[in-house]
Amino acid sequence: MAHPFLSDAAVDDLRCLAAMIIPASARFGLPAADDPAIFADLLASLDHDRIEVEAGLAHVRAKAGRGLMALDAAGRAALGRALQAEGTANVAVLSRLVMLAYYRDDRVVRSLGLEPRAPFPKGHEMEAGDWSLLDPVRARRPMWRDPR
Amino acid sequence: MDTVDVLIIGSGASGAAVAWSLAETRMRIVCLEQGEWQKPSDFPSTGRDWEARRFSDFASSPNQRRRASDYPVNDDDSPIKVVNFNGVGGGTVMFTAHFPRLHPSDFRVKTLDGVADDWPIDYFTLEKFYALNDRMTGVSGMAGDPAYPAHEPPMPPLPMGRTGRRIGEAMNRLGWHWWPSEAAIATREWEGRAACINIGHCTPGCAQGAKGSTDITYWPLAIRAGVELRTNCRVREITHDATGMATGAIYYDRDGNEVFQPAHVVVVACNGVGTPRLLLNSAGGKHPDGLANSSGMVGRNLMFHPWAVVSGYVEEKLDGHRGSPLCLWSQEFYESDASRGFVRGYEFQFGRGVQVITEGIQNMALGRVPWGEGHHEAFRHWSGRRFSVEVCCEDLPEEHNRVTLDPVLVDGHGVPAPKISYRISQNSQAMLSHGVAHGTRIMEAAGATDLSITCPVPVAGWHLLGTCRMGTDPSRSVVNEWGRCHDVKNLFIVDGSVFVTSGGVNPTTTIQAIALYIADQMKQRLANLFD
Repeated sequence: MAHPFLSDAAVDDLRCLAAMIIPASARFGLPAADDPAIFADLLASLDHDRIEVEAGLAHVRAKAGRGLMALDAAGRAALGRALQAEGTANVAVLSRLVMLAYYRDDRVVRSLGLEPRAPFPKGHEMEAGDWSLLDPVRARRPMWRDPR
Repeated sequence: MDTVDVLIIGSGASGAAVAWSLAETRMRIVCLEQGEWQKPSDFPSTGRDWEARRFSDFASSPNQRRRASDYPVNDDDSPIKVVNFNGVGGGTVMFTAHFPRLHPSDFRVKTLDGVADDWPIDYFTLEKFYALNDRMTGVSGMAGDPAYPAHEPPMPPLPMGRTGRRIGEAMNRLGWHWWPSEAAIATREWEGRAACINIGHCTPGCAQGAKGSTDITYWPLAIRAGVELRTNCRVREITHDATGMATGAIYYDRDGNEVFQPAHVVVVACNGVGTPRLLLNSAGGKHPDGLANSSGMVGRNLMFHPWAVVSGYVEEKLDGHRGSPLCLWSQEFYESDASRGFVRGYEFQFGRGVQVITEGIQNMALGRVPWGEGHHEAFRHWSGRRFSVEVCCEDLPEEHNRVTLDPVLVDGHGVPAPKISYRISQNSQAMLSHGVAHGTRIMEAAGATDLSITCPVPVAGWHLLGTCRMGTDPSRSVVNEWGRCHDVKNLFIVDGSVFVTSGGVNPTTTIQAIALYIADQMKQRLANLFD
């Protein structure tokens, strides 16, 4: 199905860019960010930043010269380093969207040792702490100035 | 439309408190709110995309959030960008709930330190309203802080957590003050609200209802007492008659219809940017330079709290995304000390940690997490071990720091948007530098490495203060010592605009204490309110 505002070519570029940013990891048994489920989630999350996404992809395409799909692995790696170092705002939006989609995937979340769930309603456990640690502060004289 | 007794504009921290307080008079009270009620089930923490929504519909900047209820802000001419939220509860929906009071000295800066102006009211005038607000909001904390006059938060403090322990130990090594933050977060069941469960993603709305945003504190009680709250109603201007008295307000309802609501009394509660914007947009007739602006002070003396952050990493996993964002404060450097090279002072706040993906995004921007090869290893290396010291500096009033109307930019109804012109003063810059240097010492004492400093933090204009200052001299202030406009005797301002100076702490509890105080003054003076 066609994307609401990205052309098929732009979708291909974004898919390629996503995998350039986050490649697969054999060590952690993880897919790249162009994994079908992750990429579908990414495509569904672009609306709010439509202007920046379109501008960012145009910038990436211009930097790639012949188009991302035409670059070999070494060319993509070099382009990725250049884009990250350049740090333009619109490309930063693209990389942020890729990160947000990738790191909420169940497989990825589990690999980080976290539970794949929303924070609510379960919440989290916290150490209550030992407030006797405050004893030296409790022993201080009042610090506030009384202007009366 | 029938004339109401009191028309309140804005339903946030101060508007809600005033509505609740005035409700006991049984006057006909209507509040107009440009945004909508928030559904707890819609808050980001209820979904798997909870971090992503901090960059979209729950972004702190209205210019990034871009909801229909938001108005744009031209803050290009300011190193500090405006942060707010528009909806029932206003900024309290998205605040950190860090709830320190001002200090007694904050109200006497001219007398004590020879700068700016004294307030026409003092800490001890507000003390009972602080206590009332603590109970209404549901505040947690610990009595006995030597930095403050004695008072007792109604609930025990938030958990110390791993981060808090590390910071506390470091502060003890340095011999510096620290204390559990007072927070507008319920740590046990409170007035029908559930206790905090350390969701951790509580800045953009608390799905648990533990955070004391005014949509769940004051508003249910005010509505039950008869106050009418109309949502999706954006006020364009406050109208006035030939004598200069306010007559009501013109607003756009949810369908875009222009509506005039007549009123005997108008109360403005739109925050330190929204309020001067509205008064300036109400210029005309007897008030050619803006409503209540014969002094020329409407929009001037804008104060933020210039902010810096020193963050770093330790070996152990800290609280990360769990728990409230802030857990402790230090007021070691709050009171003036001439030897430091600046007047007034600042508060340290301590950040527990960072959200998982946000940590990665920030480290990617710093080049620590690369694109491509090495990405996964770097992401994990930098995850969950960061904490921070934040520096919240007092900002002194300067007339050139101001809110005006943008000549081009408008909101969704075509109403001129605010334009911010602001510079960080030399005093504030010296204070920031001192805070960064001493924050660095804290981080080092806590064993942190790989420190990074952000100074000033750009998107940190949370606290919008001073643009309709309070005072007894009508040529130098906009409202009198009980919130009534000098120029318009049936017009009151109750939000952070009335601050004379900013103090060096988060202002919400003081904003609400002032709103309750002004409402109390109104009730005491009902028979001769306009004399």
